[in-house]
Amino acid sequence: MRTIKAGTISKAVSELCIAANLVLRKDALKALGSALRKEVNPRAKSLFAAIIENANIAKDERIAICQDTGFPTIFVEIGQEVKIKGDLKKAINKGVELGYKKAYLRNSIIADPLDRARLGYTPCIVHIDLVKGKRMKISALPKGFGCENKSRLKMFAPTADKSEIKKFIVETIKETGPDACPPFVVGIGIGGTADYAMLLAKKALLRDIAQAKTKLGEELLREINKLNIGPMGLGGETTCLAVNILTYPTHIAGLPVAVNISCHALRSASAVI
Amino acid sequence: MKRIYLPLTGEIIKNLHTGEELLLSGTLYTARDQAHKRLVEAIKKRKRLPLDLKDQIIYYCGPTATPKGKAIGSCGPTTASRMDRFAPILLKAGVKAMIGKGRRSAEVVKAIKKYKCVYFLAPAGLGALLSTKVRSKELIAYPELGPEAIYKLKVKDFPVIVGIDSKGKDIYK
Ligand code: SF4
Repeated sequence: MRTIKAGTISKAVSELCIAANLVLRKDALKALGSALRKEVNPRAKSLFAAIIENANIAKDERIAICQDTGFPTIFVEIGQEVKIKGDLKKAINKGVELGYKKAYLRNSIIADPLDRARLGYTPCIVHIDLVKGKRMKISALPKGFGCENKSRLKMFAPTADKSEIKKFIVETIKETGPDACPPFVVGIGIGGTADYAMLLAKKALLRDIAQAKTKLGEELLREINKLNIGPMGLGGETTCLAVNILTYPTHIAGLPVAVNISCHALRSASAVI
Repeated sequence: MKRIYLPLTGEIIKNLHTGEELLLSGTLYTARDQAHKRLVEAIKKRKRLPLDLKDQIIYYCGPTATPKGKAIGSCGPTTASRMDRFAPILLKAGVKAMIGKGRRSAEVVKAIKKYKCVYFLAPAGLGALLSTKVRSKELIAYPELGPEAIYKLKVKDFPVIVGIDSKGKDIYK
């Protein structure tokens, strides 16, 4: 057994929250750079340049990329041979709180969803997976709600064909339009159950967009980019930077398809301890 | 790019056209969901408002905390459509312009035309960049709402695009 102390976990989570919110993901930055180069619409071109400038200011000035520093969501993979000294969930929440306060991030979490009372930084959302080995991988995905509000789930019939699924995804992006800060990165979850497909869609956003390419993803990317939504929804060649898809086996009676859209501020950071 | 010095006058608004890019200098007030709800409740109950809305610009924004040595934290626009249910009442009460991101409802477009107002789009998701255009931030009302409180911002060359002009022309239509 290997022992990891709660304090070590808090420290790692705190650093990841800060890194994710202040430094735009390299893969997103790269994709934005190529979108800038291939853009022909002058307004879209200057907006792409501004998005990149914004990321540079955030990194250099140590200020959040976006004021919506998201619902802190922490994914943890724990090796079965790890023993945690202390309370894991408490340690994670403490880390979030520390990081958010230290980097002047926003307290956007409301304790009661109905009466909208008691504002804070936590509780965050924690997804825990047990894996082989003696290491622990932590990923922070602080996703804003402008784009989270556009999430969709559809339970298709098992006999549905690919074109129906594609149509649903493209329509979802079309309805989202300018509201969720395009260009997007789209996370798709296919299979499992209703809840599991939604989780897959979100997890898909953690994957490097240059490495997660699939045939269906590339087809969708081409179709979405034909929508001409562009940055701020004012038109442009690039509406979507990437479509990341995760799949899982499903039931003979169904085919869940979940869409989780990220804005251009695709933020996440991971570390192994 | 056209420079506009605030407050907005009827004369300035008349000459703004959808799609135009502007740089605003002067005073803005932040307000988002909860502040809107409270302002509208106060208007309906004819209670005293914490600020004079006449000729003002409401910026749909909930900034992060202010880092040491800076005037403000990250401060980009939030989705304007969530404020659609309140906007016509605020426009009637004297607000001249709104700044946000995304589309507005038909009712808001109608109110913009009726009261000769304007809706601006601020560059979305660029909170770090926009923070460099803000000179000061002062708490005006509802401190318990944290980032959703009403703050008075002094801005210099704050970039916006006219999204809906006083004739009701919508950039997204
Ligand atoms: S959708 Fe993304 S970029 Fe836009 S305001 Fe929300 S978190 Fe920021």
